[in-house]
Amino acid sequence: MTLIHKSAAELAALIASGEVSAVEVSRAHLDRIAEVDEQVGAFLHVAEDAALAQARAVDARRAAGEELGPLAGVPIAHKDVFATTDMPTTCGSKILEGWRPPYDATVTRRLREAGLVILGKTNMDEFAMGSSTENSAFGPSRNPWDLSRVPGGSSGGSSAAVAAFEAPLSTGTDTGGSIRQPAAVTGLVGMKPTYGGSSRYGVVAFASSLDTPGPFARNVLDAALLHAVFSGHDPRDSTSIDAPVPPVVEAARQASVEGLRVGVVNEFSGEGYQPGVLARFHEACALLEEFGAKVVEVSCPSFRYAMPAYYLIAPSECSSNLARFDAMRFGLRVGDDGTRSAEEVMALTRAAGFGPEVKRRIMIGTYALSSGYYDAYYGQAQKVRTLITRDFTAAFEQVDVLISPTTPTTAFPIGERADDPMAMYLADLCTIPANLAGNAAISVPCGLADEDGMPVGLQIMAPVLGDDRCYRVGAALEAAYRDRWGGSLLEKAPAF
Amino acid sequence: MSAITRDEVAHLARLSRLALTEDELDHFAAQLGVILESVARVSEVAADDIPPSSHALPLTNVFRPDERQPSLTPDQALAGAPAPEENRFRVPRILEEE
Repeated sequence: MTLIHKSAAELAALIASGEVSAVEVSRAHLDRIAEVDEQVGAFLHVAEDAALAQARAVDARRAAGEELGPLAGVPIAHKDVFATTDMPTTCGSKILEGWRPPYDATVTRRLREAGLVILGKTNMDEFAMGSSTENSAFGPSRNPWDLSRVPGGSSGGSSAAVAAFEAPLSTGTDTGGSIRQPAAVTGLVGMKPTYGGSSRYGVVAFASSLDTPGPFARNVLDAALLHAVFSGHDPRDSTSIDAPVPPVVEAARQASVEGLRVGVVNEFSGEGYQPGVLARFHEACALLEEFGAKVVEVSCPSFRYAMPAYYLIAPSECSSNLARFDAMRFGLRVGDDGTRSAEEVMALTRAAGFGPEVKRRIMIGTYALSSGYYDAYYGQAQKVRTLITRDFTAAFEQVDVLISPTTPTTAFPIGERADDPMAMYLADLCTIPANLAGNAAISVPCGLADEDGMPVGLQIMAPVLGDDRCYRVGAALEAAYRDRWGGSLLEKAPAF
Repeated sequence: MSAITRDEVAHLARLSRLALTEDELDHFAAQLGVILESVARVSEVAADDIPPSSHALPLTNVFRPDERQPSLTPDQALAGAPAPEENRFRVPRILEEE
């Protein structure tokens, strides 16, 4: 097995024992990027020199006898929404093309301090708005399982990079499903931690009450190790939870569902769901029962209104957050020829710098927040948010975790939904409730759909700060599938 | 609730500081109409006595110690500025000429 096919935990162990150097590991991944990224398009920026320098520093620390962290020397692909002082941070937008932030995001800083090697920045839907990376101003990324299909989004460059073995780990942000959906459609593990469990400091804001950084990996333990490295309280984020990180690594190693009560969300089934997705989902339910879980049906009636509520709340917050792109202090400035006013320059810059989806959402948000419409739209959506939280609370009185398909369908062809916003929004149908209520939720691979041979994801939702339950159930399923499949799902992916 | 008119979209674009083209206005008027009709489904929920949630976390008044910390230098703060001048951000005129 070559270095690029090893797990993050294996690579860290090899580096710690001195069997391979961090430089060799990074070199292998940079070579892989050079070989395949022209086709995959996962990266917006590859930071070869910075990566090798960081790898050399890890090797030097080891040589000096320093105790290394659990992921020291392991390469990682970093979503372009996180501020990085030594690499551009564009958020997939022309308005930030070439921008270098003057400070690091807390997640970036913690990756560096843990000795992870940042290989570069990954593609994304502009400002994290989308489910396919087709909204990136720099072109779409492609699904390594089938290059004519999307890798999901918004963190689609991060999912494509890990599924194409360009990196063993990557970061993402999840506002309505932007980690779990791309993980599901590329056969990866993707985790949205409890809201406030990971810091938003230095994450370019989309919808501040929903945005949550989280990990991608090819297996559950790797995701847990990365989760533990960059999560935890951050005084620089006032919505950061001042509590210990849930025991996610221990849970990933525990991998047991014996006696666990698992609720199947009734509302996430039926019309609009691909038969192959439902078949894999029902198989996973049977597997959980076989391994000692008690699986029951649970109704969460307000979940039906999660999508409309989300597509009012998220655009409302985005219309406010993106007001900072005013052409005055940083980023693009268009039309400043000495005759135009600041306001005219602002409007010309934003029209030139934002893509269609960002413009749509800014206008929807502006509409929903305007007087006369506020109560009927934004106000009502906030009440629905309360009802969704109550549904979760009631459900978790009966069960320990809730499960559903992560997405209604497998990865769709590039172009199919690109100019049909409502069709695109459906990709987030099952993932949105956990964002509105702030719960922890993970997607783990559960096989391939019969119709198209594309990966299917299973979503496991846990209460606020119950992140460890997601990993415990995910790891138990992963172990069961390993026995059945004789390895990981990604080993079935076509080499290209 | 009915679909949004082209004039309303033009008004929203002005409020949003987006200098949209005529073609964009036509295109967005149709799309925003479909989106707004769909999200208006939230009104089906009987929620008169339900308190709104603006946030998932019930946090209020989060304070940190009032301690001096290093901050950005002027060069760092101006590094991304489209038109820095004499340690300041140069901006287009903001007042009408007399």
